[in-house]
Amino acid sequence: MSVTDSDVVIVGGGIAGCATALYLAQRGVAVTLCEKGLAGAMASGVNFGGVRQQGRPLAELPLARRSRGLWPRLGEIIGDTCEFIASGHLKIAHDAAGMADLATYAAAASGHGLDLQLLEGAEMRGRFPWLSPTLAGGSYCAEDGQANPRLVGPAFARAARAAGAMIREQCEIIEADHDGRRFILTAGDGSVFRAARMLNCAGAWGAELAARFGETVPLTARAPQMVVSEPTRYFIEPVLGVCNGDLYLRQISRGNVIFGGGYGIADTGTSRSSVLPENTHSACATAIGLIPRLAGLPMIRVWTGIEGYIADDIPVIGPSRTRPGLFHGFGFSGHGFQLGPAIGEILGELLTDGKTETPIGAFDIGRFAESTDAPSP
Amino acid sequence: MTGPRALVVGAGPAGVHAADLLARNGMETIVVDEALRAGGQIYRRPPAGFTRPYRALYGFEAAKAQALHDDFERLEGAVDYRPETLIWNVSRGVAHSYGEASGYGEIPYDALIIATGAHDRTIPFPGWTLPGVFTLGGAQVALKFQGCAIGRRVLFCGTGPLLYLIAYQYALAGAGIAGVLDCAPLGAKLRSLSGLAAAGGVMLAKGLFYTAALRARGIAVVQGALPLEARAEDGRLAALRYRDGQGAAREIACDGIATGYGLAPDTKLADLAGCAFYYHPAARHWLPVSDDDGRATAAGVYLAGDGAGIAGADAAETRGALAAYAVIADRGGSVPMARIAALRRRLARARRFAAALDRGFPFPHEFAAAMADETILCRCEAISAGVLRAAVTDLGATEMNRAKAFSRVGMGRCQGRVCAAAATEVLAAALQIDPEAVGRGRGQAPVKPIPMVAK
Repeated sequence: MSVTDSDVVIVGGGIAGCATALYLAQRGVAVTLCEKGLAGAMASGVNFGGVRQQGRPLAELPLARRSRGLWPRLGEIIGDTCEFIASGHLKIAHDAAGMADLATYAAAASGHGLDLQLLEGAEMRGRFPWLSPTLAGGSYCAEDGQANPRLVGPAFARAARAAGAMIREQCEIIEADHDGRRFILTAGDGSVFRAARMLNCAGAWGAELAARFGETVPLTARAPQMVVSEPTRYFIEPVLGVCNGDLYLRQISRGNVIFGGGYGIADTGTSRSSVLPENTHSACATAIGLIPRLAGLPMIRVWTGIEGYIADDIPVIGPSRTRPGLFHGFGFSGHGFQLGPAIGEILGELLTDGKTETPIGAFDIGRFAESTDAPSP
Repeated sequence: MTGPRALVVGAGPAGVHAADLLARNGMETIVVDEALRAGGQIYRRPPAGFTRPYRALYGFEAAKAQALHDDFERLEGAVDYRPETLIWNVSRGVAHSYGEASGYGEIPYDALIIATGAHDRTIPFPGWTLPGVFTLGGAQVALKFQGCAIGRRVLFCGTGPLLYLIAYQYALAGAGIAGVLDCAPLGAKLRSLSGLAAAGGVMLAKGLFYTAALRARGIAVVQGALPLEARAEDGRLAALRYRDGQGAAREIACDGIATGYGLAPDTKLADLAGCAFYYHPAARHWLPVSDDDGRATAAGVYLAGDGAGIAGADAAETRGALAAYAVIADRGGSVPMARIAALRRRLARARRFAAALDRGFPFPHEFAAAMADETILCRCEAISAGVLRAAVTDLGATEMNRAKAFSRVGMGRCQGRVCAAAATEVLAAALQIDPEAVGRGRGQAPVKPIPMVAK
């Protein structure tokens, strides 16, 4: 079987992996990416499609801000705008406690340059009269928006390939080792990939790969459920989220209403996931609770996909603490779509310069190490 | 203690026969059907109060239609019949139902017989989305269910036995007929004649009868035709331009077009139930795998009727009976082995006849492959064939699901039911691969659109 030598080998062809491959290839680094299925087909391709900074954990905001700068430029960066539009994002509070949380967050976020506008109930209803009159208010972010997730990962993969990266699809890595000099990865068909540096962008499968190098990450694979309706008159401009609520909703200009809520069944063994109908019903009921006029709108499809959620709800990004030359970028816990373009740059900088200007300390894999064998700083 | 429960989805010939046998063998049987009254598509019944006689509604098939309807009426009380209800999903031994009157429900089952039938297979052509253009089956439903024609001057265009049957039914009902354009190559039909004669002389005779009856009424029957464009005047369908068997461009004035190229099985429920599928190269579509008696690969799931493979109404009855016996036998009940052997022989004959039909009326995939870039392929999402081809040439899609993700073909209201057959051929031609290698669109619930409710 074939042996491929590269400077860097990336495992996982989601947006993070493909964007990093693009960054590296553009700088003349010999990079090979191995994807077990098709590029951008798992969580990167079947997620909700929200491009949102508002509400992200504060540690993620510098990354989210950086990524937001890239989204409107995707046309020039990867040759596809991916239907990104800054349609705004409204996070809704049901009650006064929710409004207080939104105010606290808005104050903290302004320190990161994120401008959030608090809307009291009457003001919010004046602006978005289709919302339920029972809602207390919300927080509006004008520069957040949405994009078509089905297009983004594959577009990064095409751009990376055009820049000289080798993108190997249908190439599942089943063995990962280090022979003292370099990483040696073996694919299911026996192909071998060797490189001095390795990047783990394996999403929900990332913890399994990290474990091969002695690093434990508490990751749970879950299957967030989505629904899409048949087209109806376009009236919901902003993407919607809810305080302490499991619902997110947007309408595309073609008229379809797309929303997510609840989780199905994720099987990382088969890479298959399935929808639980009772959760579809709950999500519909919640959506109607926010926007009463959605009642009766026909849904045409439900779907789900497999995403890796880390116990503290933020990803692992940065160098390995056990194996020099190994880097991680996985477990995005539902935040990877918006972050993806910046993650490519950040991981690319780490792999080429060994450092990045963007603060990533919070995402160090060392945060899960047992105190007894914690790495020396 | 309650015994095992069988759920039959579909009350056409397959579902009714299955339910009949299950109930007679004492099994708790639920029959769920989308229609208002049992009968399926072929023996579809008009709403109560319509008085057209069976002979006018069903022609040669009147006696069978009457028998099926009578059988089902005798079942009243013996089965739990739920009309106007859709099974929109199945997962882990539970079927999820929706009806406008009954709302959402769950039906746990021990055995599931999927008898969901088939729908028309179409190939888009310029103008096919104009009002007045129907499928052949749609034209037949208008006549059988509501006693109305789709136009005053109807043109029938396509291939397969239904083409002549429905044209004949329209003629018999006194509807105006602009002509019949048979798109099957004559050579293929002649070659298959021997197979048809051997396998089903009666059916062949019926086909010849319909053709002769149409000609006797002075109705033009064109062989080897190719539809070019449905043309509108003042926004209304006015004519079909077509190429005749000699390659000359012609036009026929019409205000209704019924078109179809054979049938495609309704397999979405089988897909959601987790059944394995295989590609049928002669019929050019995917089918759920089943054994001779209809056992699917998913536990507790059985297939009957055209949804298990297109073979017609008689075969559907046979398959319904076989599936019911399989359900009974698999739960330790005793079944009549000699009767089952006879049913299997009958099914084998029907399959030989269906195979001859596939040869005689091959799906004209070359029409689809040659579709102009500007022609709307996916009407739900208004996506042209050129956009689907660009998903291959510009974006690198190499199979159905990725091409769908890039182009939106098949992502709309019908979820590919209407356009998947043609889309597969467009992709196969663009990729220069077999349609089998294009693959099958992933099925997702719901089987058909269902409303969001507040609970």
